[in-house]
Amino acid sequence: MKIAQKTIKFLTIAMVAFFTATTFASGTDKKHDDQNDGGRVNTKEEVEAYILHHIKDSHDFSLFSYTGDNGERHHFGFPLPIILWTSEGLVTFMSSEFHHNDDGHVIVEKKGLKFAKVHSKIYELDESASSINFDETHHPTNAHKVLDFSITKSVVGILFIGLLLLFWFSRLAKQYKTKKVPTGFARVLEPLVIYVRDEIAKPNIGEKHYRRFTGYLLTVFFFIWVLNLLGLTPFGFNVTGQLAVTACLAIFTLVIYTVSGTKGYWMHMVWMPGVPVLIRPVLAIIELAGALLIKPFSLLVRLFANISAGHIVVMSLIAIMFTLKESLGVVGATGLSLVLSFFITLIEVLVAFLQAYIFTMLSALFIGMAVEDHDEHH
Amino acid sequence: MYNLIGAGLIVIGAGIGLGQIGGKAMEGIARQPEATGKIQTAMIIIAALLEGLAFGALFLGK
Repeated sequence: MKIAQKTIKFLTIAMVAFFTATTFASGTDKKHDDQNDGGRVNTKEEVEAYILHHIKDSHDFSLFSYTGDNGERHHFGFPLPIILWTSEGLVTFMSSEFHHNDDGHVIVEKKGLKFAKVHSKIYELDESASSINFDETHHPTNAHKVLDFSITKSVVGILFIGLLLLFWFSRLAKQYKTKKVPTGFARVLEPLVIYVRDEIAKPNIGEKHYRRFTGYLLTVFFFIWVLNLLGLTPFGFNVTGQLAVTACLAIFTLVIYTVSGTKGYWMHMVWMPGVPVLIRPVLAIIELAGALLIKPFSLLVRLFANISAGHIVVMSLIAIMFTLKESLGVVGATGLSLVLSFFITLIEVLVAFLQAYIFTMLSALFIGMAVEDHDEHH
Repeated sequence: MYNLIGAGLIVIGAGIGLGQIGGKAMEGIARQPEATGKIQTAMIIIAALLEGLAFGALFLGK
């Protein structure tokens, strides 16, 4: 009882402190704005730019940034290595050399080549150029893209989650050697593994073949699920919202079901038995397009669009705090954005699981179509 | 401007489709509660296929 009272007291004090702090902060903000009206930023535009920046991959890992009293921008985070393959061979340097510049003004010289970063993409400047020029559509005119193998923020996320999953599951696997029932965190993982095996792999692929593909399905399920959950933490990862990542996963599924397709599967695809001969080529075109293009395309777009849309919605609701500050007051806008973003984040936790489930389920379904036995004669 | 109208039309179509899927699944579950698991699985697969189509259209229209 005493502890509960203490907790409530502490929470009240914390809340009061928090709200007064925000009020004071906004008070100083306003004064600052009045002093130099010309330098005032458009909140809506800044919010939009920030969200678009978050959705994209970036070359450095920045947690937060603010503008100091002297108008200087301070960044908190750490730089990541940039690895480029150019005409002069491999070029590596740290992303801190760009000084968080993203519009091509800071130029880094390495091995006699000049590099600039524009919208999270790295360009190599032409030999004679000393600064980067843009045409009307904001494309650089005197620079070209280079092959970029950098360890970006998404790559950091993938490596981190890969190592984490390796650690979790190797420990789970090791436990079965000594005891029948796993202990500790492995107890959380075991029912999920059995769920994927019994509810996704077995019914969709079939009793006979499911063992071969369960490993892939488990990997893809946990990879997507944990990365989706990582995207909901405040570290600002958006790995499963990158087209390159989801495309790669979809191509894995495509390769697996194309390679393991039986004779009957290919027969039904290119020369469908049981229909008039004249219709067979038409059906073959539709079936081939469906299997080789539409299935992987729908897999990759679904995951990408769902996760990106979720991130945009959550960040827009957090931005209510700033955009509605004038009409609702600081406390009203903060409360509204807290409540809305809290519930949407809860829905996003569900979506994180659902998207991993759907990706795995459809992969299993496609693999099942490819390996099932076509014994029946039409 | 036109792609916004197109996006609206896509969302209307997808919404009707999702409503049909969800409604019929509810009906099916109400009639046969013991088949809930199977109906839910099929519902999620169909909804996912429809969602893929809708997102594909939105993506191409962007």
